[in-house]
Amino acid sequence: MAQMTLLQAINDALKTEMRRDDRVLVFGEDVGVNEGVFRATEGLQKEFGEERAFSTPLTESGIIGAAIGMAVYGLKPVPEIQFSDFIYPAFDQIVSELAKFRYRSGGEFPSPVVVRTPYGGGIRGGLYHSQSPEAYFAHTPGLKVVIPSTPEDAKGLLASAIRGEDPVIFMEPKKIYRSVKGDVPAGDFTVPIGPARVVQEGSDLSIFCYGAMVEPCKMAAEKALEKEGIRCEIIDLRTLYPVDEEAILNSVRKTGRALIVYEAPKTCGYGAEVAALIAERAVEYLEAPVKRIGGFDTPFPYTLEKIYVPDAIRVFLGIKEVMAFE
Amino acid sequence: MSSKPAGSAPKDTLLRVMAENAKPDQFPAGLTAEDIKRMYEGMILIRAYDERQKNLQRSGRIGFCVTSTGEEAVQVGTSHALEANDWVYPYYRQYGIMLYRGVPLNVLANHLYGNEGDLAKGRQMPAHYTHRDTHFVSSSSVIGTHLIQAAGTAMAAKYKKDPSVTVTYIGDGGTSSNDFHSAMTFAGVFKPPMVLFIVNNQYAISLPVAKQCGAETLHSKGVGYGVPAIRVDGNDVFAVYQASREAYARARAGEGPTLIELFTYRAGPHSSSDDPTRYRGNEAESWLSEDKDPIARARRYMQSLGIWTEAYENQVWEEARTRINLATSEAEATAEPSWDSLFEDVYAELPPALIRQRDELIEKESGFERQHEGEFPL
Repeated sequence: MAQMTLLQAINDALKTEMRRDDRVLVFGEDVGVNEGVFRATEGLQKEFGEERAFSTPLTESGIIGAAIGMAVYGLKPVPEIQFSDFIYPAFDQIVSELAKFRYRSGGEFPSPVVVRTPYGGGIRGGLYHSQSPEAYFAHTPGLKVVIPSTPEDAKGLLASAIRGEDPVIFMEPKKIYRSVKGDVPAGDFTVPIGPARVVQEGSDLSIFCYGAMVEPCKMAAEKALEKEGIRCEIIDLRTLYPVDEEAILNSVRKTGRALIVYEAPKTCGYGAEVAALIAERAVEYLEAPVKRIGGFDTPFPYTLEKIYVPDAIRVFLGIKEVMAFE
Repeated sequence: MSSKPAGSAPKDTLLRVMAENAKPDQFPAGLTAEDIKRMYEGMILIRAYDERQKNLQRSGRIGFCVTSTGEEAVQVGTSHALEANDWVYPYYRQYGIMLYRGVPLNVLANHLYGNEGDLAKGRQMPAHYTHRDTHFVSSSSVIGTHLIQAAGTAMAAKYKKDPSVTVTYIGDGGTSSNDFHSAMTFAGVFKPPMVLFIVNNQYAISLPVAKQCGAETLHSKGVGYGVPAIRVDGNDVFAVYQASREAYARARAGEGPTLIELFTYRAGPHSSSDDPTRYRGNEAESWLSEDKDPIARARRYMQSLGIWTEAYENQVWEEARTRINLATSEAEATAEPSWDSLFEDVYAELPPALIRQRDELIEKESGFERQHEGEFPL
């Protein structure tokens, strides 16, 4: 075990997987000599050479398209999209091609590409360095969508994604790249894709969150206990597709109240799917309406980022609101 | 005559082995009589297949078809130079490559019907073939996306020190697509063993090539990306073969990619849903004339070489038609895919949500929906 930041854990996963499988290739804009704009690919080119860790020309569509061709051939490419805000030029390759290759070829051509991309607010990046586009990908059959919130999960889930047989959109909460630290097992280590993680158990209300939203949810839950005596259960979903439906339903069956927290625009965001799942399959357990706390239905702002991204105060107020319903 | 790739070339530079009315006295491009006959028979098989597809579609037995009449030399000439392990990223008008590389006709016929024998399990409209065994990669209907994937496959082969070459095809319209640009960018920078064929058949559905691109020729697009390029008479099967062979050899020797514009003509409609007289009148007829049609040109050449007879011609056609008709009849008698196959191959394993959706559907299949089929018309 070693203390690592989330970013170091991702780097450790890449190195570990590249050492165990020479089919793993890492590439993207500035990932070679510059070792990535966030340094996620630090040391890769030095250790594995330009053949396996390299910078590409500035075409996101090209990065993902080439990765698909490599995966079709039999390699395990792990391309990086520098910011998830720049993933849209590759949207066609991801949605029309990557997600559908196995299906449209009747299983003849699987294309297990793992797309790593930092997402979300928290670095004062304005409209185009802050977005959270996870819902588009969770809505696309053929893709798995994974978002870690701890260093241990970041390493283990990324390793599972690379060893898996399906395309994965692996979204990294860049706000907590360096601020969250934790113990990470050395060497060979995986965390299965799918199961959610119970951050803390509680009996009064369920909070569903992922990525950078887990921290403000923990802070808010702590305050709620301290000030109001409310015992919150916090579920870190970790995988948005295929989501751990039973973890969501079992928690709501226990608490009868649900709050969903995410940073993407509220409407049609991932929280809508969680709310719909609860409405379809656990409505009889509900003691209060389900509440979503998301970003606003606006583009992501620069100066007013602090009021756009849900924080502990908004979550705290949300907890009180859901608990107040009788 | 040299086929050395040039950075740019004036419009009239067109690699050609056969003059349009050639009467040669020696075998072209290092080919033997057997090679030439095989290529000729390959072109006829494609035309016979198209004839059958068209009839099946018109009589309502298949829903849709794409033909490649007039473009047989493109498919045969580029295929004849391929090795067994080479990779092919086609668009929808290159199924003739499958035919030429010996893929069983049932594989193609089953796809036309989208039946349970279809390798794509009935999921794609006709003309989206897939065949892993011959590295014929499944395509989407989005134009151009496969070009950069071909670059990726070629990069992978280079990394694995595998001598295979990856070839890919795009129409004149597709050279305007985003991923023509990304593919050419990657091809120029990483120099993978690949060959990009622009099948300039002069129309993108209704849009003529002059309105597709402001440049005089499409192969001139190679210059800006640092990809050597050449322009070839795409209705001259021997010229197509010669240019392909040289480009593949360059790729295998580590000398990088080549862009080849094959100048041809789409003599038929874009697809069975298209009526080309709306945008080009009866222009197509002249392209199926004796001096332009790729099959007629090869035939005349073979006559001069003394390796063609009327009896041979009839026998080749008859054999092609018999084989094709047998395959399509069998395909027509094959059942459609089972309902639960709908859920397979989205992922390597079915996730819980899909298992539930499948089970709900299957329950309906054996229950109300099946019993009352037809009572609730679409």
